[in-house]
Amino acid sequence: MTMEISSSRKLVNAVMLSLSGLCTVLVIGVLFFILGYLLVHGASSLNWAFFTQLPKPSGETGGGMANAIVGSGKILLLAAAIGVPIGLLAGVFLAEYSSKTYAFIVRYVVDLLNGVPSIVVGIVAYALIVRPMKHFSALAGGIALGIMMIPIAVRTTEEFLRAVPNSLREGAMALGATRAKTIFTVVVPAAISGLASGMMLNLARVAGETAPLLFTALGNTFWSKGYLTPIATLPVMIYNYAIAPQEDLHQQAWAGGFVLLTLVLVINVTARMIIARGPASQRR
Amino acid sequence: MASSTYIADTLHRPANRSFLARLRGGDEVSYLLTLAATVTILLVVGLIVTELWMNSQPTVKAFGWHFLATSDWDPNAGKFGALPFIYGTCVTSFLALLIAVPLGVASAVFLAEMAPPKLSNILTFLIELLAAVPSVIYGLLGIFVLVPLIRAYLVPVLKGAFGYLPLFEGSFYGVSFLSAGLVLSIMVVPFIISVSREVLLAVPVEQREAALALGATKWETTWDIVLPNASNGIFGSVFLALARALGETMAVTMVIGNTPRITASLMSPGYSIAAVIANEFAEASGDLYVSSLIFLGLVLFGLTIVINAVARLFILTTTRRGGG
Repeated sequence: MTMEISSSRKLVNAVMLSLSGLCTVLVIGVLFFILGYLLVHGASSLNWAFFTQLPKPSGETGGGMANAIVGSGKILLLAAAIGVPIGLLAGVFLAEYSSKTYAFIVRYVVDLLNGVPSIVVGIVAYALIVRPMKHFSALAGGIALGIMMIPIAVRTTEEFLRAVPNSLREGAMALGATRAKTIFTVVVPAAISGLASGMMLNLARVAGETAPLLFTALGNTFWSKGYLTPIATLPVMIYNYAIAPQEDLHQQAWAGGFVLLTLVLVINVTARMIIARGPASQRR
Repeated sequence: MASSTYIADTLHRPANRSFLARLRGGDEVSYLLTLAATVTILLVVGLIVTELWMNSQPTVKAFGWHFLATSDWDPNAGKFGALPFIYGTCVTSFLALLIAVPLGVASAVFLAEMAPPKLSNILTFLIELLAAVPSVIYGLLGIFVLVPLIRAYLVPVLKGAFGYLPLFEGSFYGVSFLSAGLVLSIMVVPFIISVSREVLLAVPVEQREAALALGATKWETTWDIVLPNASNGIFGSVFLALARALGETMAVTMVIGNTPRITASLMSPGYSIAAVIANEFAEASGDLYVSSLIFLGLVLFGLTIVINAVARLFILTTTRRGGG
């Protein structure tokens, strides 16, 4: 017994399916629009001075964001120095040592931390570091971003370590290695490419964070020495220039946006490609 | 560290090694070190909660919970009320979801149900890149690209069609609830798509085959069988997107207009919780002012925590069922 599909049902089918395809095209279109627009506007505003010069005092045109680029680098270094070790070690504990209940609790709290809005992390860094020290500092900004790196660091570490086959652990133990030696000389190295890419993705994610830096690192129009003074960062400078009235500063903001987005996307694409290739090469 | 002689050593007497020996081998050290890392995380989260709570006490003492229902915000006069910000946060997030949910779910359906797997993977990769774009860049594009576009094309259409509604009353200056909602919708769409797609892919393929075998069209299968099966996970993705929209700071700050005002009109400039913290925190003077902003932070924290928890619950139930 065959059932004729009525033409109205066929029509609904065709219309709804094409609509959903259209939505996808629209979303992808937005991505390409963003990339294209930034490419055109940002690249044309970009020049050598952008990378080498300090911002000019207001009223003068020209200048660059050299201090903000270095500042972002310093803050990210600090953030990685805080977020990566804590996240990595905690991830190792969850994957290798933890009891089920404790792992559930930690994972839940980590998810909670992941959901905390970045501006709230900024407030906490302000209350903990800026207020007692009585001045804004790179240290406070780095700690804020470091805290923000922890959740992803934990989850990636746990995930990649769990993907390492148990036979490797058993092999190492059978050879008489201690638990610690097994973990740190066999399991972690086996997952190293995934771990490294995961941490790069994590760093790229916080590299664009602006909100937690507004009242921790604050900003600076000159070079900042050390970690205890206010420091300029790329995202905060883009923000300040974008909302400033001068047309010249808008151009700088576009150039900054272009540099920041290029950095973030290059890291994302590379890291994701390494991760996508990773498990297959491990299985071999 | 431990040498190879040490390994031989442990082979001979593995059971009754003294604590010191195990310490030397690194076992206890690595256990304690990694345990300490997890405890640190628990402490950090505890610290976030207590810092927010302690530092918002001056405001709680001065205004009590009335703070949340007051709409006056005049720091110079010592008047602090959270309502305009809560209102702005809710309106912009709701608007964002109104646009992003249909768009996102439809795209997820396309990616999970129709596109060939290879194409689907490439498109999903591109969409996930959209989620990696920093929010300050969305703000930049919002100010200089989206707002002029809205002014030139969207506002005349809306005014023409629905101008009599209070929603679209008043003149449009560019920065507004509407602009903030639109920017937010673009920002949260990738989350909805990528989570919904996962959930749809988790629906067992037998269910589709059964429906198709009974003569249902592809669309009927999707609408009547696959979507209801995945509904919990899709709700989860929506709540996840909501939590992001509520906490989103920079892009909103740049296009919402930063005016504490409660009005029905989407054309009007407004303010959000995250935006007022971003704008006024660094310059806030006086204990009460700072603590009011921190209290707002606590409110935002509470909101996002609850909504995230709901989202996880929804997603958990679906993936479990799909996997089983």
